[in-house]
Amino acid sequence: MAITSIKNLKEFSTNNDRFEGAHTLCPGCAHSMIVRELMNCTDDNLVISSNTGCLEVSTAVYPFTSWDTSWIHIGFENAATAVTGAEAMYKARKKKGTLKDNDAPVKFVAFGGDGSTYDIGFQWLSGAVERGHDFTYICLDNENYANTGGQRSSATPIGATTSTAQAGTHSYGKKEKKKDLVAIMAAHGAPYVAQLAPNKWKSMAKGFQKALETEGPCFINTVSPCTTEWKFDPKDTILLTDLATDTLMFPLYEIIDGHELNILYRPKNVLKVEDYLGAQGRYKHLFKPENKHVIEKIQKDIDEYWTMLQRREEARI
Amino acid sequence: MAEKFDLNDREVWDGNYAASQALRQAQIDVVAAYPITPSTPIVENYGAYVANGYVDGEYVMVESEHAAMSGCVGASAAGGRVATATSSQGFALMVEVLYQASGMRLPIVLNVVNRALASPLNVRGDHGDMYLGRDSGWIQIDAFNAQEAYDLVLCAFKIGEDHSVRLPVMVHQDGFITSHTAQNIYPLTDEAAYNFIGDFQPVDDLLDFSRPVTYGAQTEEDWHFEHKAKQHKALMDSRPVIDEVFAEFEKLSGRKYNRVETYMMEDADVVIVGLGSTVETAIVAAEELREEGVKAGVVGIRVFRPFPFDQVREALKGAKAIAVLDRSSPGGAMGAFFNEVSAALYSTDTRPLVTNYIYGLGGRDFSIDEAKRIFKEQQANADAGHITTDIQQFSGLRGPHLGYFQTQRG
Ligand SMILES: Cc1ncc(C[n+]2csc(CCOP(=O)(O)OP(=O)(O)O)c2C)c(N)n1
Ligand code: SF4
Repeated sequence: MAITSIKNLKEFSTNNDRFEGAHTLCPGCAHSMIVRELMNCTDDNLVISSNTGCLEVSTAVYPFTSWDTSWIHIGFENAATAVTGAEAMYKARKKKGTLKDNDAPVKFVAFGGDGSTYDIGFQWLSGAVERGHDFTYICLDNENYANTGGQRSSATPIGATTSTAQAGTHSYGKKEKKKDLVAIMAAHGAPYVAQLAPNKWKSMAKGFQKALETEGPCFINTVSPCTTEWKFDPKDTILLTDLATDTLMFPLYEIIDGHELNILYRPKNVLKVEDYLGAQGRYKHLFKPENKHVIEKIQKDIDEYWTMLQRREEARI
Repeated sequence: MAEKFDLNDREVWDGNYAASQALRQAQIDVVAAYPITPSTPIVENYGAYVANGYVDGEYVMVESEHAAMSGCVGASAAGGRVATATSSQGFALMVEVLYQASGMRLPIVLNVVNRALASPLNVRGDHGDMYLGRDSGWIQIDAFNAQEAYDLVLCAFKIGEDHSVRLPVMVHQDGFITSHTAQNIYPLTDEAAYNFIGDFQPVDDLLDFSRPVTYGAQTEEDWHFEHKAKQHKALMDSRPVIDEVFAEFEKLSGRKYNRVETYMMEDADVVIVGLGSTVETAIVAAEELREEGVKAGVVGIRVFRPFPFDQVREALKGAKAIAVLDRSSPGGAMGAFFNEVSAALYSTDTRPLVTNYIYGLGGRDFSIDEAKRIFKEQQANADAGHITTDIQQFSGLRGPHLGYFQTQRG
């Protein structure tokens, strides 16, 4: 059941908490906020799987666990398949009547970092969505392989420096554009796809609720600022998220049934991308004169993408 | 409820069909699968049972073998009966997840129709894939023919799901030789088969929300060692359970299985130790040689993991010269199977002479004549009291004789 009290943050934050604070994520890591926003938006029983990555290694270190619900981790790439295996078992056991409580609603959720989702786990995610399992996949997009020390992923934006796409005398960092995974997942025909952010917690909770309530495979990409690899002060996580959404570096929107696009957040004042880039260490080198063109390119890409989203929303196709 | 499937007391089935019938009778909750030669018909036959209502579980056709085993892990952790099938490259793609399944103590059943590993690409049978799985913490049972493939798949569910075991189980059969050759099969009735296996009894079930469980946690040096030691113990402790299940199956079917199978071993001087369909070829060769006065015997390893160390020693204690046959490329060493059998024999008082034959790679035929030649070489060793050939040889290879590990000739 969806929880209705998502107007008041204080109330919302204490709903049905099934995620213990005693984890070892870095202070200021947005991963835990996103997990809480998911856990607190529903009363339903949850079966959760996680790919290998920061969330997994920080929340289930034997003999401890942060998860007060059913949780499984197998490998770096296969959380989508693991949870859909559990979903298939749920269907089989429901049919056969071998569940302890045959009537209690159960929801299936997989978490992956951008590395495990955009890169190595892409095939498993695509397969699980194609098969139409009833589950929600949530990508914690911190735009790098944080758990292994900040290597580039195909979600890393142009111009960011990472340990494997470094800025240096001959390089401005990552050269390739971020993969548009949201569009790819929408193209799978998933009934609900969205890009959300933890600072806009009401729309995040609503998006999660929609995904949980929609029958079939749903995909959600959430920006998850990483204090360690983006290099900002842990107290500024929400500030960074605000900058990500207000510069439209990370626009928030949903796509229903692969075509109907709705923009979920329209900043009153759209900020220049420099404000976002300047607030973190991984883009510091872009402010050197020789890299000015990279900032211009990023701004141009943002503007074009935003125009495209607005046109698609208006077109209602 | 699933539709009733009419079976005769005697059917003519190949090994894949036999295995798929055992899966049907087990009334599995979730099968997640991906096809690969020569195990494909298992998955296809099962698909036909699904399409015609003979099973009422879920059948998930995933996008790869890695996903097949990943789906099986998620499904098994959610508290029901789970199985799949594969061979060769598919098995190789599953390897990462095989370790994860056994580490989480999930009683998944995997039909492995053995096939060579590329490169070069080859669809025929050898045991390269079997060895790839040998340290993955699964129980590994070997069927020598199609009847056994049927019987042992039924046993596999009962062994793996036993609460004192809770381990995944592989059942091997030889690609094409066993999987695609038809023979008379004596199936159990659906009722007898299902009653033998019993209902699935979940433990630590993801779908039991009264007691949330965490699967697949991280452990570093502070706990990993203990977990692995316990997993090894669980494998070793499965031995009496396997024996009990085999005994119960014998009562039901009249067919007797042992962790180590012995043929004409009461007085054998010269012995072939083998796996899979080769065991039957060696038996025929031994019978023929017995008529010529050669005291030949055969030992077939039925349960490859946990390795039946004591039983191998016991079976081979009277032998003078033995040949251990490895159907996989040794990769710069003695054959893996040779090493295991030799390790079992090394500390016995009556240590026989042991040689290693590499044979049948990529489906190369292993003939009765070849088995006879091997027995005769062992007879020469036994008569001389020392090894008269290279310790390792490639048997049945076109071209020059290959032997890299030599002994001093007398
Ligand atoms: C098959 C495999 N390859 C590589 C790794 C090593 N590895 C573990 S986590 C990780 C990166 C995780 O990055 P991401 O998915 O973005 O999650 P994050 O840690 O950033 O939250 C890598 C490369 C692994 N565990 N398994
Ligand atoms: S490295 Fe980044 S993603 Fe990982 S726990 Fe720290 S802040 Fe979170």
